[in-house]
Amino acid sequence: MNKREFLRQVVSFLPAAGLLRMFPETAEAKELISAPTADYDPTKHWYGMGVDVDKCIGCNRCVEACKAENAVPEEPFYFRTWIERYKIRSDGETTVECISTREAPPEQAEPEDPNVVRTFFVPKLCNQCAHPPCVQVCPVGATFQTSDGVVLVDATRCIGCRYCIQACPYGARYLNPHTRTADKCTFCYHRITKGLLPACVEVCPTEARIFGDFKGQADRLVRFQRVNQISVLKPDLNTEPKVLYAQLDGEVR
Amino acid sequence: MKIPEQVKRLGTVLAVIVALVLLLRFVILPESFFSAKPHQVATVVREMDKPIQHAGVAACRKCHEDEYEAKYAGSHRNIGCENCHGPSAAHASDKSAEKPRKPREREFCLTCHAYDGSRPNGFPQVYPQEHRPGKRCVICHDAHDPVPPRTPEECSGCHGRIARTKALSTHALLPCTECHVVDEQHLLEPRSALPTKPDSREMCGRCHASGSTDPAASKAVVDLASHGGIYVCWECHYAHLPEGRK
Repeated sequence: MNKREFLRQVVSFLPAAGLLRMFPETAEAKELISAPTADYDPTKHWYGMGVDVDKCIGCNRCVEACKAENAVPEEPFYFRTWIERYKIRSDGETTVECISTREAPPEQAEPEDPNVVRTFFVPKLCNQCAHPPCVQVCPVGATFQTSDGVVLVDATRCIGCRYCIQACPYGARYLNPHTRTADKCTFCYHRITKGLLPACVEVCPTEARIFGDFKGQADRLVRFQRVNQISVLKPDLNTEPKVLYAQLDGEVR
Repeated sequence: MKIPEQVKRLGTVLAVIVALVLLLRFVILPESFFSAKPHQVATVVREMDKPIQHAGVAACRKCHEDEYEAKYAGSHRNIGCENCHGPSAAHASDKSAEKPRKPREREFCLTCHAYDGSRPNGFPQVYPQEHRPGKRCVICHDAHDPVPPRTPEECSGCHGRIARTKALSTHALLPCTECHVVDEQHLLEPRSALPTKPDSREMCGRCHASGSTDPAASKAVVDLASHGGIYVCWECHYAHLPEGRK
């Protein structure tokens, strides 16, 4: 084939390549772009969670339920949600311990430190930031925010580079050792889109966790927001977390 | 200046390449080829299709209304069924599937009710070594309505630690009601009516003031006017073990 023949064939192929424009026109793809399913409209919701620190008893039931619901690896190092124990001593020293990594509570209670002035549990999870730093740093666009405010990870696109794990100021992401992709709390997206509560809220025995919708009328979360002193974690980062904490101690980071 | 022939030809080739790339990008390839939207929608659909493990209280209630009513009347009313019985979506959709667990071990209840200093004030907790060691909680407590079967007759039934401390002290022979006024309501709902503590120095002064005429008067006497100032005695002295703590 000489040059002239090659160029003629290239030019004659161009109209055929226009066939590619057919591909978004298929009915399935069109539907995918407008709405995921017919009976759920994500633009009508803006989900959030309320955590009342004064009610948490540190029983770890939420952690177990989350692992069962979302197939999180059982090893005690992988969490979508976890509980921290804060101990603040009279000399101002604060110790933080993740109690979810323990196999079982010790049979003999630990001796009490008389210098501890305040101690309490703080449940932690992905804050589902309105301005998520993890989404900004993803080099392949695998993590994104849905129209209802939940930050999701596309496991088929994630390359496991762990940028997002580094970027998350709340330490809420982990690398799933089986799929080798980043994983995090989704507010149990498969449950909330069907009107159920996230698994951790479902099992919490003291109602320390409240799940709700900022766009809902007379919603529990809206009421929670109204009747409590609300703080968020690391407000100075302007991530605008959608996990609200009530009665949060100033020492909590 | 004359442009060399080879530069012209090279320029033509480059222009054709640029034109082809622009054509490909803006005319031939559809916009959705570059958009992240289809991938995101596919992820949303995949997330929504994940299997549900916890059925939720509403689903349990459809068949187990009696248990729900019993639970709703008691102090476990806010606890979801699957907190204790485990994820039960399979059982909720198919009765012949494996039945949810029924935890009856002592350790299970102690997950929440063993004493832990970080738990919030007022949450019912026990010292596992002191509260009926080795016995299973369900022997006395119905988990759906966990009030104790009856009110203990002695104060030590609930306040065992204080009773044992007092038994070793010089106040061993004093009944609890010598210092505390206990309302009848306290026996039914302990937290709704707390017993009183002595609110005057004269209460302790009946035995401990110098010049006391009480036959049981203690040797540990002080002059009420000069000792302790404005403070009530138990603000400094622990009355259940007065020689132990200052």
